Amino acid sequence: MISKKDVEHVALLGRLKLNEEEKEIYTKQLNDILEHAEKLQKLDTKDVTPTAHVLPVKNVFREDEVGDHLPNEKATANAPEKEGNYVKVPKIM
Amino acid sequence: MSLYQKTAHELHQLLINKEVSAEEITNSVFNRINDVEEKTKAYITLTKEQALEKARNVDEKIAAGEKVPPLAGIPIAIKDNICTNGVKTTCASNILYNFVPPYNATVMERLNGENVVITGKTNMDEFAMGSSTENSGFHTTKNPWDLERVPGGSSGGSAAAVAADQCIAALGSDTGGSIRQPAAFCGVVGMKPTYGAVSRYGLVAFASSLDQIGPFTKDVTDCAMMLNAICGHDPLDSTSVKNDVSDYTKFLQNDVKGLKIGVPKEYMTEDLDPKMRKVIEDAVVKLSNLGAVVEEASLPHTEYALPAYYLLAPAEASSNLARYDGVRYGYRNVDADDILEMFMKSRSEGFGSEVKRRIMLGTYSLSAGYYDEYYNKALKVRTLIRNDFNKAFEKYDLLLSPTTPSTAFKIGENTDDPVQMYLEDIFTLSVNLAGIPGMSLPCGFVDGMPVGLQLMGKPFSEGTMLRAAYTFEQNTEYNRQRPAL
Amino acid sequence: MAQWEAVVGLEVHVELKTNTKIFCNSSTEFGGDPNTHVCPVCMGLPGVLPVLNKKVLEYAVKAGLALNCEIAPFSKFDRKNYYYPDLPKNYQISQYDLPIAEHGYLDIEAEKENKRIGITRVHMEEDAGKLVHQGTIMTTPYSLVDYNRTGVPLIEIVSEPDMRTAEEARAYLEKLKAIIQYTGVSDCKMEEGSLRCDVNISVRPTGETEFGTKAEIKNMNSFKALQKALEYEIERQIDVLEDGGTIVQETRTWDEEKGVTVSMRSKEEAHDYRYFPDPDLVPVVMEDEWVEEIKGSLPELPDDRKKRYIEAYGLSEYDATVLTMAKEMSDYFEEVLEYFPQPKIVSNWMMGDLTGLLNASQVEIENCRVSPTQLAELLKLIDKGTISGKIAKSVLEEMVATGKDPAKIVEEKGLVQISDQGELEKIIEEVIVSNPKSVEDYNNGKKQAIGFLVGQTMKATKGKANPGMVNKLLKEKLDQ
Repeated sequence: MISKKDVEHVALLGRLKLNEEEKEIYTKQLNDILEHAEKLQKLDTKDVTPTAHVLPVKNVFREDEVGDHLPNEKATANAPEKEGNYVKVPKIM
Repeated sequence: MSLYQKTAHELHQLLINKEVSAEEITNSVFNRINDVEEKTKAYITLTKEQALEKARNVDEKIAAGEKVPPLAGIPIAIKDNICTNGVKTTCASNILYNFVPPYNATVMERLNGENVVITGKTNMDEFAMGSSTENSGFHTTKNPWDLERVPGGSSGGSAAAVAADQCIAALGSDTGGSIRQPAAFCGVVGMKPTYGAVSRYGLVAFASSLDQIGPFTKDVTDCAMMLNAICGHDPLDSTSVKNDVSDYTKFLQNDVKGLKIGVPKEYMTEDLDPKMRKVIEDAVVKLSNLGAVVEEASLPHTEYALPAYYLLAPAEASSNLARYDGVRYGYRNVDADDILEMFMKSRSEGFGSEVKRRIMLGTYSLSAGYYDEYYNKALKVRTLIRNDFNKAFEKYDLLLSPTTPSTAFKIGENTDDPVQMYLEDIFTLSVNLAGIPGMSLPCGFVDGMPVGLQLMGKPFSEGTMLRAAYTFEQNTEYNRQRPAL
Repeated sequence: MAQWEAVVGLEVHVELKTNTKIFCNSSTEFGGDPNTHVCPVCMGLPGVLPVLNKKVLEYAVKAGLALNCEIAPFSKFDRKNYYYPDLPKNYQISQYDLPIAEHGYLDIEAEKENKRIGITRVHMEEDAGKLVHQGTIMTTPYSLVDYNRTGVPLIEIVSEPDMRTAEEARAYLEKLKAIIQYTGVSDCKMEEGSLRCDVNISVRPTGETEFGTKAEIKNMNSFKALQKALEYEIERQIDVLEDGGTIVQETRTWDEEKGVTVSMRSKEEAHDYRYFPDPDLVPVVMEDEWVEEIKGSLPELPDDRKKRYIEAYGLSEYDATVLTMAKEMSDYFEEVLEYFPQPKIVSNWMMGDLTGLLNASQVEIENCRVSPTQLAELLKLIDKGTISGKIAKSVLEEMVATGKDPAKIVEEKGLVQISDQGELEKIIEEVIVSNPKSVEDYNNGKKQAIGFLVGQTMKATKGKANPGMVNKLLKEKLDQ
């Protein structure tokens, strides 16, 4: 069972600010979904290898050759706040 | 018949015979958009100016006697989660309400290489999370067959645009059925290719191990033409595969004799709407009569696909969507005092509730102490589901099922219960978990709403699927019916 | 009172010297204008995908082999999820449970003892961007972000908690730096940030086998800072425990000015990185053949070189250690030897005068204005008797200052040694005439008085007289 406290913790990890009502709703809905997922626990998967990739692809590389850069004005064109060449953010501490 | 009603292959013939110009085609489509967009709300952004410029460009080439590619001058719509250089790409999310990519997705580069005309960017569920477009941050797209009903999702805008003749073909993306389900709901052809067949570079990620771009078309021939344009290895996508099919239209043969088709019994349960069942059974009879060998098959772990999917996809999404933080692009809450508050407020105000729900769910299933119970368990179940398909494909060339458990539902019908909404994807998401190709093609109607027939194949057997679909299409009339708008 | 021992482990980040970033083809070049060495991939724009730079993998394997690690036949990349404004995707692509190299070691000498320090793992990851503040991060009203460094390839080298003193930790880091530098995969410049080091440290009563609660220390930008920070922190922890207190598991930062470690404000959440395999990257499979090929490309490493210097060149253990500690020093030595193959003489000059002059002007050997060939030329001038050793010292001083060729300095200043017997005899006669007292002393058996006369002769020639000849001629004259 996910508690409201779990929901608060997860919201902080995911950087989401939830109001009280949302916390209640998500607590209930996440429990519903995870209850549905409990079904998986019935399956014995002790000797099953997890599938992280569906295709047997390995060793995909790029050569170490410099390509085109975005010019600064393009790289920062979408930034909500800028100063000079930089992207500006509120204080960190 | 108006130009906008035609297929890409028909228009190509008219173009190269110089019977019509690309500009005429484009104008025809934009006139149609003008007439019906109000009703369907299929688009987020229209790019008429660039479209006409491109069309004139194609006309010049044709006039100069240049041989143009099959899709040259064909108006195509793009789902708004595929990055288009210089054209706003929002993922139907307020958090990206003003994002203009400074680069093109690989599929866009490929389409540009074909001299395709881009009509605009289509509506979708926010970040492709949903099955109805009701999760769009901007508006809900209506099903052209019944404006009270959803077009399906998440690529609902693309499906509706094709069904309503607001473009000739469209691109969508499919993570758990997001091409096939709306294709079924809107009565058009939709294909999710094999994972790795189409580059994901520039497709805004939802669940990276499941996402795949694919086409919506008015018929199977156009589907093959679209695959020709978008499939192929891309060095910018590590999961892209070298596959040597040079021309998918070669598979367009009106012949299924000897083709072995399995119908997984887990997809034809008691719960299935009897009217739907009837339509699918008729399709099976049709294919048998045409010479295919159709038998009952089994995918025993089918019931575990949905819970596995709803652990894996949100987990990947929770990480993929972390970058929307108000720093480099998109929405920022400017009143926040510090960075933590800025992150929290921007994200809470920018994302809709379904996206937040999935971020919460995914974050939880990855968090300390739950990884093995949830995420890793789901990866193992994924192996079992793949094994089911591998086994079935030892016996069958293709598997067949309904694309959806029911036809398009009413707007607002499923919005309060996420689990009920998730059940909409129950027949489509195994294909994503297994990484195999799947397509939906029109196979009949229930109460006036289109029904989709799903074909599933082994990895890189798109050709076989096209052959079966083409044969079915040549011997039925379903794809020629269009909604009255 | 109980005896305490410290338990120290290091996590070292090394920037790899590739042309391009780890997952895109943006340049890694240092010092570009802010946000100009970027592309959609390293800016973390929506829709982009990473593709591994092959050179990064080869360099990581090379470093792993140089550190005596086993190379993983199957390795993968994972996402480490956390929010920080210099991390564009808000996850860092790293390696979690299957790093590229594991189970290595390196040998150090500290407190005159040899000791083997285990290396737990070496893994590849991407660097974050740079934050620019007004003043400090604590006081700045806002920050500015530069993504040029985002995605620069790093390897993280994690040691076993095998070190027991600050000196051992320093020796470990120095040795690690030397080995990595020798492989050529990194510059390892602590001042420029291409070598960064975090320390985990705890203390426990001597003889105890359980570990105490550890603190992590960051922000040490030199070997000296590492040693000082550790000495401070060991004392601090012992004091806390002896006063009956407990150690808090926390991250502390080294305040260089005050010479103390300071607790960094504890975050409001526990770290939960939610590692999972990155679905955008495919596994790395290292076939034996490829590993062998990379092994074959490894240059001679410091331990082997040191051994060669002792055995083949007859250098002392100390000299061999110092010469091989930094690759630049050793490479310089080797190059001088190519032109002047007398290892002991070269070693003496490098360890003595050259190092002294460089230290005095705070110049690193790699920035020294005297090229190895120029030093060799200087040594040849001594060898041929063109100048004396003493003159050579002042010539070297000028070479270090100006970078001029030794022959040119000698010529310009007329420093060619006087070895002409007639000329010397003339000068010696003058010296004898003007120093009757010393001559008398000598004749009365005070043989050391000759030293004064030699000195006077050298003085009269401004040091240019061939000292051997002066000695010989003086003796002959006096003994007549």
